[in-house]
Amino acid sequence: MSSREITYAEAIREALREEMARDERVFLIGESINYGLFGVTAGLREEFGSERVRNAPISEAAIVGAALGAAITGMRPVAEIMFADFLFCAMDSIVNQVAKWRYMIAGQANVPLVIRAPQGSGFGMGCHHSQSPEWVFAHFPGLKVVAPSTPYDAKGLLKASIRDDNPVIFFEHKMLYRMRGPVPEGEYLIPLGRADVKREGSDATIVATSLMVHRALEAAAELAGEGISVEVIDPRTLSPLDRGAILGSVRKTGRLIIAEEACRTGGFGAEVAAIAAEEAIDALDAPIRRVAAFDVPIPSGGLEEAIIPKAEDIANAVRAAIEAKGRRGIGPAPDARSHPPSDYPWPT
Amino acid sequence: MNLPDDIILSLYEKMVATRLFDLKVKELVEKGHRILYHSGIGQEAIPTGVCAHLRREDYLIPYHRGWGYMIAKGMDMGRILAELMGRVNGYCRGKSGTHMACFELGVLGKTGIVGAGLPIAVGAALSAKMRESGQIVACFFGEGASNTGAFHEALNMAAVWRLPVVFVCENNLYDMYTPYLEVTSVANIADRASAYGMPGEVVDGQDVLAVYEAARRAVARARRGDGPSLLECKTYRWYGHFAGDEHHYGGYRSVEEVEAWRARCPIRGLREYAISKGIPAEELDLIEERVRAKVEEAERFALGSPEPGPRVALEDVYA
Ligand SMILES: Cc1ncc(C[n+]2csc(CCOP(=O)(O)OP(=O)(O)O)c2C)c(N)n1
Repeated sequence: MSSREITYAEAIREALREEMARDERVFLIGESINYGLFGVTAGLREEFGSERVRNAPISEAAIVGAALGAAITGMRPVAEIMFADFLFCAMDSIVNQVAKWRYMIAGQANVPLVIRAPQGSGFGMGCHHSQSPEWVFAHFPGLKVVAPSTPYDAKGLLKASIRDDNPVIFFEHKMLYRMRGPVPEGEYLIPLGRADVKREGSDATIVATSLMVHRALEAAAELAGEGISVEVIDPRTLSPLDRGAILGSVRKTGRLIIAEEACRTGGFGAEVAAIAAEEAIDALDAPIRRVAAFDVPIPSGGLEEAIIPKAEDIANAVRAAIEAKGRRGIGPAPDARSHPPSDYPWPT
Repeated sequence: MNLPDDIILSLYEKMVATRLFDLKVKELVEKGHRILYHSGIGQEAIPTGVCAHLRREDYLIPYHRGWGYMIAKGMDMGRILAELMGRVNGYCRGKSGTHMACFELGVLGKTGIVGAGLPIAVGAALSAKMRESGQIVACFFGEGASNTGAFHEALNMAAVWRLPVVFVCENNLYDMYTPYLEVTSVANIADRASAYGMPGEVVDGQDVLAVYEAARRAVARARRGDGPSLLECKTYRWYGHFAGDEHHYGGYRSVEEVEAWRARCPIRGLREYAISKGIPAEELDLIEERVRAKVEEAERFALGSPEPGPRVALEDVYA
């Protein structure tokens, strides 16, 4: 079978279309999804009608609250929040209600809903349209959190998310929407909670999701030229997190670098580092390194590039981990800070 | 109503500046400059007519569409443009872009979160009242924002505390790609005021004199300490929601509808009124020429301003 290539946005649209055709309880609700700001839902209204592709008022709290009400009474809503930043407008609905409802009612109903949210920097749109808050939600028990890095993963994971009986927040990266990649014609699902090895290697492990997977792969390709063999692990879902895959890779390579787009403090990297420290510290040959955004809001325009990790930052962290061999446990890693060192190589 | 000529001319100048500045931003975006562009063309009468009643020390909460409020409040077009283009001589050293503020002139910042400005306006009004400063707050937003919880919470709070706020809704009939009636329970947003015990008024947003009059009443009420008002100005944006909106002309809006609204240009309307009052057309042309030169100068200033060094990105997180 010839491998077909489609974009990340098309893969998501296909998943929505297939699941809507398969199960009439599935419906979409979101702002201006008749076209969709990023065009993801374009054409679905023509196919499924405006009852099932429902334009919502600018009412994020009510969109999510209504999705919850529909989910516990027999529907399977897929809500779109136009930018992941606006999830914060629905924080009570998501965190106090959606995440806890099943627990609160002692399992008398499930909460089968998905919230899709475009995340990430790259367009210079500033502090209210560029955040990557995945990890904030992974903190709360009751929610599942997915952040695919490729068209193939996006489709299979979204279909599995829609069929999941738990609430899933599905983060799509704005910079990946136009990325093309192989997606087979036939149906497939990717189970939540299973990592994927995006590149095999033996000297160091980079754990990354979403856009950072691509920056990690870029770094790995560059390092291969220096004789450093890097393994890139993409957990694909942040919650549940595939600890086994991460620990297995760390045990193999002895070095762990975590790359994340969000700022450093209290984030995804902190959690992965803690897991490795708790369960595989004996296997580590070098201090764990986190490559993250600096601890500042995201500025507008080209300035955002100054604070978000680049492939080069990831490669440097790997190099530092390799050089640290033999000095295990001595001093903090040179990049382990929330602000750049004075000799930080700013882009010019 | 009989407005003195100098007020008519000043309204005309502000509207023309708002239009020409917006067109300049459009031109720069089309040339490939990275600017978050939400055009306010077609809606110039509203910020101009309302802000004409504001004093320098009064507060302003703008919303995402256009720059008329900033221009009417006295902000410099060159520095606005520099900020939009991420240059160091902008109002926020180029790190803020569309969100820029100018505290010297009472412009408190422009949120990217629809509806979020309303409670902030309420707080500024509360502060003015507590400090007995005599300041009032003008708060702008689109009809889409009136479906946020923030709108309803803010109106209730402003009314119950009798705060000096003028809420100005620019109803351009669409929130992004959605006709507002598809997602809004009332045809007139002004009707929502009665639920909060404040006056609500529907205003022709294409007629700057109508906006000016309605705003005069609402501002006077706020200054008297009688509390907030809601003005709903019916209007239309001539272009897309943002620069990348490919569907605004013949997609979610019919070509006939767009053209019918474009025919009701607020600037031409005021021009015709001015001429009918005996103001010579040449005087209006001169204003236009002067403004055009200022906009060109603003562009030169912005393009000549350097980009900030990356360290600017790290500053200002904490006091
Ligand atoms: C809380 C939130 N939800 C959604 C958006 C995306 N968004 C930006 S402008 C807009 C439409 C706003 O419509 P309206 O308030 O009527 O103002 P208009 O753009 O029509 O002038 C939307 C949905 C946002 N910025 N913030």
